[in-house]
Amino acid sequence: MAKLTLADLRKMREEKQKALDMRDSSNKDVQVVVGMGTCGIAAGAKDTFTALINTLSEKGLTNVLVRQTGCMGLCHSEPTVEVVVPGMPTVIYGHVDAATAKDIVDKHIVGHELIEGKILDKPSIDIVKNA
Amino acid sequence: MAYESYVLVCGGTACCSGGADKIIEAFANELEAAGLKEKVQVVATGCLGFCEQGPIVKILPQGTFYVQVKAEDVKEIVAEHLVKGRVVQRLCYDPEQAKKLVAEANIPFYQKQYRIVLRNCGVIDPEKIEDYIARDGYKAIEKVLFEMTPEQVVDEMLKSGLRGRGGAGFPTGMKWKFAQQQPKGQKYMVCNADEGDPGAYMDRSTLEGDPHSILEAMTIAGYAIGASKGFIYIRAEYPLAIHRLEVAIAQAHELGLLGDDILGSGFSFDIELRFGAGAFVCGEETALLQSIEGNRGMPKPRPPFPAVKGLWGRPTVINNVETLANIPVIINKGADWFSKIGTATTKGTKVFALTGKVNNSGLIEVPMGTTLREIIFDIGGGIRGGHKFKAAQTGGPSGGIIPEQFLDTPIDYESLAKIGSIMGSGGLIVMDETDCVVDIAKFYLDFTVDESCGKCAPCRIGGRKLLNYLKKITDGRGTEQDIKDMEAICDAMNKASLCGLGQTASNPVKSTLRYFMDEYMEHIHDKKCRSGKCSKLIQYKIDPAKCKGCTMCARKCPAGAISGTVKNPHVIDQTKCIKCGACESTCKFGAISHG
Amino acid sequence: MSEKLETMTPELKAFVEEWKSKPGNLIMVLHRVQQTYGYIPRNIAIEISTMLDVPLAKIYGVVTFYNFFRLQKSGKYNVQVCLGTACYLRGGDDIIKEFERRLGVGLNATTEDGLFSVEAVRCLGCCGLAPVAVVNGEVHGKLETKDVEGIIEQYRKLG
Repeated sequence: MAKLTLADLRKMREEKQKALDMRDSSNKDVQVVVGMGTCGIAAGAKDTFTALINTLSEKGLTNVLVRQTGCMGLCHSEPTVEVVVPGMPTVIYGHVDAATAKDIVDKHIVGHELIEGKILDKPSIDIVKNA
Repeated sequence: MAYESYVLVCGGTACCSGGADKIIEAFANELEAAGLKEKVQVVATGCLGFCEQGPIVKILPQGTFYVQVKAEDVKEIVAEHLVKGRVVQRLCYDPEQAKKLVAEANIPFYQKQYRIVLRNCGVIDPEKIEDYIARDGYKAIEKVLFEMTPEQVVDEMLKSGLRGRGGAGFPTGMKWKFAQQQPKGQKYMVCNADEGDPGAYMDRSTLEGDPHSILEAMTIAGYAIGASKGFIYIRAEYPLAIHRLEVAIAQAHELGLLGDDILGSGFSFDIELRFGAGAFVCGEETALLQSIEGNRGMPKPRPPFPAVKGLWGRPTVINNVETLANIPVIINKGADWFSKIGTATTKGTKVFALTGKVNNSGLIEVPMGTTLREIIFDIGGGIRGGHKFKAAQTGGPSGGIIPEQFLDTPIDYESLAKIGSIMGSGGLIVMDETDCVVDIAKFYLDFTVDESCGKCAPCRIGGRKLLNYLKKITDGRGTEQDIKDMEAICDAMNKASLCGLGQTASNPVKSTLRYFMDEYMEHIHDKKCRSGKCSKLIQYKIDPAKCKGCTMCARKCPAGAISGTVKNPHVIDQTKCIKCGACESTCKFGAISHG
Repeated sequence: MSEKLETMTPELKAFVEEWKSKPGNLIMVLHRVQQTYGYIPRNIAIEISTMLDVPLAKIYGVVTFYNFFRLQKSGKYNVQVCLGTACYLRGGDDIIKEFERRLGVGLNATTEDGLFSVEAVRCLGCCGLAPVAVVNGEVHGKLETKDVEGIIEQYRKLG
């Protein structure tokens, strides 16, 4: 990428903002976000991440974007995973091991069903979001 | 098949004991009867917090939040809410305002957290600069470079009331102003990411989750004070944070958001990483600068302050990670907005690493002025395992222990200092009645003695002497005179030490003496540790009425301290006992106990 | 004990050349040395001293000041037990004692077969998993003393 001018930066922000809101332009309407700070990784987030990717490719699902993020702040229940599926409430799952990761794909994403006993709540409301 | 609604029933420990399983059962039955089984899914969740209002039921996608639900209420929730779509007002939190409070967003519990510093943590991909840019990243840089003079930037910081989050709480704007007023020439901007406080990881999480915010803030600071070079001094023990910073710096360079002539503004700024090497004292400004220069991290007397004479003798501003993470938001939203959050003397929010004996340990951010009770009991979900709260510790080895009577103190720099602790960098450790305060004081002293650089005598010798007294007391050899001596040493260290480490090292001792003198006296006079933590004070005893004389304990005892004949009660020789506890775990009759 | 001589790798040499002209380079160079060899070997320190034109005494001063640098090679498996406050409150010191007892070595020492060494570290930053031990970067969380034996065996099997 070349160095940005002020106008470039503004244009890029606008485009990326849309992309983040609309999820992804490449037909990926489902988003799975894995908390991968040191705590998360220590608790096994890398295995979770791999299990998600593998299960998705086994099922041939191409509309799901799996991405990493930093610490969600829910250290007591790492690894944590946020799942955004259109038409369903956005949920954060805690203690997501490889088996639960598979459940997330099979039950939540494919079956539109929430998974028993693993749901946590978003720790707070993000105030800077739309301000 | 797709569900239209979801019923979440809190399956946390508190709610379960309140009958959550019966509620789930009732929902299953009622939904079946109403013919909604295929349309509504009922799920048990992990603890949703807010336990004193449990059992809790939440209906999605509307986000309606019902509290103190009983199995008998389920019929009404199904008939009214799920069939007719009408909220059952009487079960909403605070029925008086139920009309306004139907959605979770309006429940005060959820408003207790307020994310400024952690705005992007857990939201963006930290290794993608586009994600940061999309969330107003590098917007503050635009404003600063093209619309503001360096003086205006400093004024904005002064007006915001932001104070250093590293612990001492010095106004950030003042620091910048001092450095700005120095004659032009080489100046430096340093980010202190040497988070050495045991039990604290706020800065690590910020760097791992949102590295670009620190780069942006440092560039803003560089512009304000007239520095073209920045250093991030980061612990070598944080490999992931280092990696993400390296990625971020490379990306910012590629897009021209770091380096020469940023965005064509004519302003140039560059950032390099420097690794710490595990010395707690390097969190102290002057020691940190020594370490960046490649020397032993020994503090220097101040003045001169780093803002006048810092790195390689040049004016230098040192800000902590959390302080910096606030800056882009302050620039974007204005000082007026920021200064409305918090208390009279302390503006903004504070990030805490909430750990110890609390149910939901986690990384939280609350407005200044929040009380410890709200943090520990509402956000943290109370004490683990049904134990009783004993004390909270803030400020790590430089801080104090806060007993129960101050749980309702609104947190800011001044209020915490008044009760003998400090804000510190943000470690918040919760203790219950199984923790011994004398032992905790010893733990912290052990730490500071280990980390003292040894340059000045009050810290080097005083710390060692305090530790010896604490060892003596926890071993059951303490006297009342020891307490008097300790008080005198604390005072001397506090007044005469060269740097912050020595001046505050006695705080854990001072605050425990102040609030838990009775426990010190128990250790000294009764040779007793009520928590059972000080192993030398534990006595194992055999109850002759319960002992069957099976000889198991005598055979297990590694010290040969138990004697007795078959079928007759055994006795423990206290002078030989090494308090290992093997006898107690062996006894099948529950005849052995300790206290 | 005779001292083992290490040889300067070309990568390390290049790194030192790159940093030579930068002020305050010593600690960054020492980090690279430790990354290369697992400790700061004496003969390499002597070479660095000449290359950077820094007295060996100063290098020794810096190395011994910071906890992170070590003068002895650690075991093949380096067990780092966290003694941050959260881990301490949840029994981290018992975990250390159990490792010491089972391996028969004290803190900062290496077992005779060179397989294990034990050290206490200050906060690894995963307090949610307390108490924690890290073996060669792999995290073992929520430990109890009875877990220690299994962890040792797990690595002993790998040899």
